Amino acid sequence: MALPRVALDVEIPSDVKYIEEVVELATRQCRELHLPSHKCSLNLPVALSEALSNAILRGNAQGNGKYVRVTATVSDDAVVFDVADQGPDFDMIAERIDPTTPENVMREQGRGLFLMYRLMDHVEHIRDHGNVVRLTLRRE
Amino acid sequence: MSFSISKQDDVVVVDVEGQLIVGNRQELKQKVLDELERGEKKFLIDFSQTGYIDSSGLGVLVSLSKKIREQGGELRLANLNDDLQTLFELTKLDTLFQISDTRERALESF
Repeated sequence: MALPRVALDVEIPSDVKYIEEVVELATRQCRELHLPSHKCSLNLPVALSEALSNAILRGNAQGNGKYVRVTATVSDDAVVFDVADQGPDFDMIAERIDPTTPENVMREQGRGLFLMYRLMDHVEHIRDHGNVVRLTLRRE
Repeated sequence: MSFSISKQDDVVVVDVEGQLIVGNRQELKQKVLDELERGEKKFLIDFSQTGYIDSSGLGVLVSLSKKIREQGGELRLANLNDDLQTLFELTKLDTLFQISDTRERALESF
């Protein structure tokens, strides 16, 4: 069994214009690791976009001088993406809604966390001098 | 990423090239609202050249759908690839929108 290795480590200012570039880097890693194609074309891009949006817009509140760090760690069976902001604590579970219910399906917001949980194999929120959202994608 | 707008008969066709995400969704919204303000009623958004859509992109589609309907208009979607189809099914937005396999079928459906 190989030791986990860091495949990606980038830091971006709190501006949504950087999201696409980071997602592109992560997607490239996904393809190079030969993960199933739908995981690289759908699951990872959407879930990582959501985590980055949350970190920039809510965690850091687009604050000047605040950064979001994204790391990807590869092991034999999974790729783990950590998205870390410098913002105050928030309760991710309490903020989740089910956007598929008849009363919510017409809402314009509220699908981000839902999609992150549905598209990743595991999602975790860690408090560590800011918020870290850990997204785990199994390699099979 | 960019949006191009063209007209086919009386239908405004919007092509989404690249991603529809938090960084560009307002641009799409504004372009469509500008056409709506000019009196256009029939809109088709074609996703044949689209990569992925995030939750804010989906939110803009819901918002546009409501605004167009309020003005007595119609919004149709076309050419969702397998990933986008999965995304719409996961969020149950496939029940909200009229989605066609091809641009031609979507245009015929108005």
